Amino acid sequence: MNRHKKKFLFFSLMILMTFFVSSCGENNYAKEDILTRLESEPTIVWGVKNDTKLFGLMNVGTNKVEGFDIDIAKAITKEILGGKGRAEFVEVTSKTRIQLLKNGNIDAIIATMTITDDRKKIVDFSDVYFDAGQSLLVKKGSSIKSVKDLKAQTTVLVVKGSTSAVNIRKAAPDAKILELENYSEAFTALKSGQGDAMTTDNAILLGMAEEDPDYTLVGGNFTDEPYGIAINKGQKPFLTKVNEALKTLKSNGTYDSLYKKWFPSETTTTKED
Amino acid sequence: MLVLLSNYGPSFVEGFKYTLFSSILALFFSLIIGTFMAIFQLSKNKFLRSLAKIYVEFFRNIPLLIIVMFCYVVVPLYWFQLDGFQSGTIGLTIYTSAFIAETIRAGIQTVPAGQMEAGLSSGFTSSQTMVYIILPQAFKIVIPPLGNQFINLVKNSSILAMVAGMDLMYQGDLIASETFNTFETYIIVGLFYLILTLQLSYLMSNLEKKWAIRE
Repeated sequence: MNRHKKKFLFFSLMILMTFFVSSCGENNYAKEDILTRLESEPTIVWGVKNDTKLFGLMNVGTNKVEGFDIDIAKAITKEILGGKGRAEFVEVTSKTRIQLLKNGNIDAIIATMTITDDRKKIVDFSDVYFDAGQSLLVKKGSSIKSVKDLKAQTTVLVVKGSTSAVNIRKAAPDAKILELENYSEAFTALKSGQGDAMTTDNAILLGMAEEDPDYTLVGGNFTDEPYGIAINKGQKPFLTKVNEALKTLKSNGTYDSLYKKWFPSETTTTKED
Repeated sequence: MLVLLSNYGPSFVEGFKYTLFSSILALFFSLIIGTFMAIFQLSKNKFLRSLAKIYVEFFRNIPLLIIVMFCYVVVPLYWFQLDGFQSGTIGLTIYTSAFIAETIRAGIQTVPAGQMEAGLSSGFTSSQTMVYIILPQAFKIVIPPLGNQFINLVKNSSILAMVAGMDLMYQGDLIASETFNTFETYIIVGLFYLILTLQLSYLMSNLEKKWAIRE
């Protein structure tokens, strides 16, 4: 009897502990005003992708992340903080970025993140800094020509935690969807025949098609996905600053030159539908 | 947390089924392969001995993720089709069997050499002695460390999530990204793993007690 009581006590203690831990998710660090902190410590911490060609990709040679997101982040940092400002980059994935922002590990997310109404409930977004849309990547000569060809016996590869997973379920409800860890893994899985097509934002797929000419984009964009910079709720002053900086970059030509640097073959508007 | 559980209960249970099924398959086959590899390592045959040695040292010393990714990405490219669940379970089996081989080998070596001599002089062949006399004693000795390996196996089965193996962790990832409630989702996932591992350690300690009395 006594042993049972002990066991019961132990388990109820464990459950209590889990509730306790889950109730103190939000910490003080995340509530601190970023703009105030920047005055004494001029470093903005950006959450960026490290595995996405053209946007944020780790250059193994120089050990630095490079891409459009990175350059925009650097330009905004310079715009807000001037010459003394420093941009620090932390790797995020689609799966981890919101939690890291909420925890205060990073100040802002600039990681191919689409602005959606669902996400707006959790975080604030800056103005649009890139107009993307979801498209399909297939092997050249594939019978899949557009989203309509995704029938019940086709398998589509997506990345966990991305809006493309939600969109493709709506656009092709019959197709089998497999969700993988990151873009490079999903592309590798496509190459080894684990799926018939891969779907995500066109900008990312373009980077892959550039890397391996056996693969090509089909069907054009079937969604409209504006990328924004995500900032934690309650950081309105910082958000305003970021938006102002973005506006300046667009008016003084910095934005256009960065755009041409990373997407030389694309025109400034990527909308095709 | 309760809201999450009531909204996504079926997904969690679905993932739990895959985790359970993968764990049982991997546990069964890794125990068989591990036992053979242990016997081979102690065999007089030089070929079998080096084969087992290479198998154990190779698979014990590379990350599980590499074995699983190899099954998922490279095998279908050159040989035959394997889906995420299959490649995850096969990788798990290969990886765990290397550890089980080492555990059982240690068990066999703690059985006094006199037992083997006694068996041989009673007219058993050396393989009969191994199966009827040495192995039963060795298994009793290695129950606790074997239990450790089994628990590790169940937890390692979360590797299936990396290759879309439909398991508990995979479902957890999807639910977390859909609800943005990362923290509570993983707590629930953790509790589901506890259901499996606690039962398993209970089972193993029962087995240990039962066999200790018979001694």
